[in-house]
Amino acid sequence: MNARLSTFNVTSLVLGFTFLYLPIVLLVIYSFNESRLVTVWAGFSTKWYGEMLRNQQLLDAAWVTLRVAFVSATIATVLGTLAALTLVRRGRFRGRTLFSGMVYAPLVMPEVITGLSLLLMFVAVNFDRGFWTVTIAHITFSMCFVAVVVQSRLVTFDMSMEEAALDLGCPPAQTFLLITLPIIMPSIIAGWMLSFTLSLDDLVIASFTTGPGATTLPMRIYSQVRLGVTPEINAVCTVLIGFVTLGVITATLITKRQELERQRAEAAAARG
Amino acid sequence: MSGATESRSGFSLGSLVVLVPYLWLLAFFLAPFLIVFKISFSEVAIAQPPYRPVFDIFEGFAATWQKAQEFSFENYTFLFTDDLYVRAYLQSLQVAGISTFLVLLIGYPIAYGMARAPKQWRPMLLMLVILPFWTSFLIRVYAWIGILKREGLLNLALTSMGIIDEPLIIHNTMTAVYIGIIYSYLPFMVLPLYAALEKMDNSLLEAAADLGCPPLKAFWTITFPLSLPGVIAGCFLVFIPAVGEFVIPDLLGGSDTLMIGRTLWNEFFSNRDWPVSSAVAVILLAILVIPIVLFQNAQQRAQERER
Repeated sequence: MNARLSTFNVTSLVLGFTFLYLPIVLLVIYSFNESRLVTVWAGFSTKWYGEMLRNQQLLDAAWVTLRVAFVSATIATVLGTLAALTLVRRGRFRGRTLFSGMVYAPLVMPEVITGLSLLLMFVAVNFDRGFWTVTIAHITFSMCFVAVVVQSRLVTFDMSMEEAALDLGCPPAQTFLLITLPIIMPSIIAGWMLSFTLSLDDLVIASFTTGPGATTLPMRIYSQVRLGVTPEINAVCTVLIGFVTLGVITATLITKRQELERQRAEAAAARG
Repeated sequence: MSGATESRSGFSLGSLVVLVPYLWLLAFFLAPFLIVFKISFSEVAIAQPPYRPVFDIFEGFAATWQKAQEFSFENYTFLFTDDLYVRAYLQSLQVAGISTFLVLLIGYPIAYGMARAPKQWRPMLLMLVILPFWTSFLIRVYAWIGILKREGLLNLALTSMGIIDEPLIIHNTMTAVYIGIIYSYLPFMVLPLYAALEKMDNSLLEAAADLGCPPLKAFWTITFPLSLPGVIAGCFLVFIPAVGEFVIPDLLGGSDTLMIGRTLWNEFFSNRDWPVSSAVAVILLAILVIPIVLFQNAQQRAQERER
């Protein structure tokens, strides 16, 4: 039975991952195609990358996107971590149901609704649309993702270390900075990176909330994609994919090393 | 335990921790919905912003009351008299429902294979699922255009292998929308399924096998029920956003692909009818509020179990 099961498992894994990766791999390969026609392979070339770097509109959009992603991920990480601490550490408080509802709902809320509602609010309060409106919108949905990521780390958290520090007279703020924060740091970093890529990726919400001078890269890509598949867009996409892949792998390695170090330190402490 | 930390950390610091994210979400998540709700009752106007406000609480109570009496349900009656919208809602629900089922069907064997894989492989496999999830949604949908279109890579491969003579028309059809949704949302299904399956105690299956239970029956009576929290979470994570999906029907679907997210977008950006797009959003939200609340309850239960 075991052998048959594992053949089935291996087949489903191979098929599943082929399905997940084949489109991306093809896109990357065809970004190096000499020909403008996407399906005709005319030899290896990096000319579309050169073309991409000469496209000022694209570069401007990329710069806006990076700034929005950086600012929104940073603020979202702070707010999301606070939200996670609230959900896990504060038992019952008034309005808890509403609060947890507002944290979970944006995770599944269709983007058209979030985008439209934020835009209408910005218009209602006469807020000039542009960099900051997109950033505020991104903070709002990213912080909920951060909250979920940090929360999953906090629930498995061993409180005894914190309690020991408090018992030994360490002030609460210091306990948080010296003990709690380092332990949940990997999840905070993961939350920051997730926010950053979510912001980098967002088309719908940014399209609603943007204003003059704040066209983001996904919006630029979208308007070009509507006109057809071009190798230049393939090149932009490949750069973005490379960027994200590198980031995710680095983050995984960092968290893994931290985890190992922590285990080693704990083992050393136990040997005492 | 939380009581102990709380009393020591003092009231001010503790309440600040709650207050800041709370106020943020109230201001930028809840308040906007109320405004959408309000505007959905107003009339369209050629102005900036392009709607006539129904009421304004700053005008005082009497004026507000007087205007509230002029409340117009016109946008809503319009939505129900024009069968375009009704069909768009129904088709969105249908597409999301069928896609969710197909994603579950495809995602389950993958998650199962991952959970059964040797322990040292699992982090690697997990990363392979997460990686496309981090890669831009737009890029992944765009990648399918190059494959599915008439002179795309799929037709090229099939004709050169001699399987078909005429190119298949997939791009700009519902089939392409399904492929796009299944592809884009697969990681959302696999991750919670894997989380549920990985925690499962293998000795249960071994005991069933020892007692002569056939593997398929053991799967249905043991594995599947135990993975139900993952199935439920995954289905909500796919179904709810898929109902309001815009990018996939817009880029992969045809001009006849009616989905409500796309209708809302067009109503807003092409027709500039803010009140009607608000009404579309309010009804979409009303349809989704039940699955959203169920999803939240499932999340909360899962969190309480973890403790």
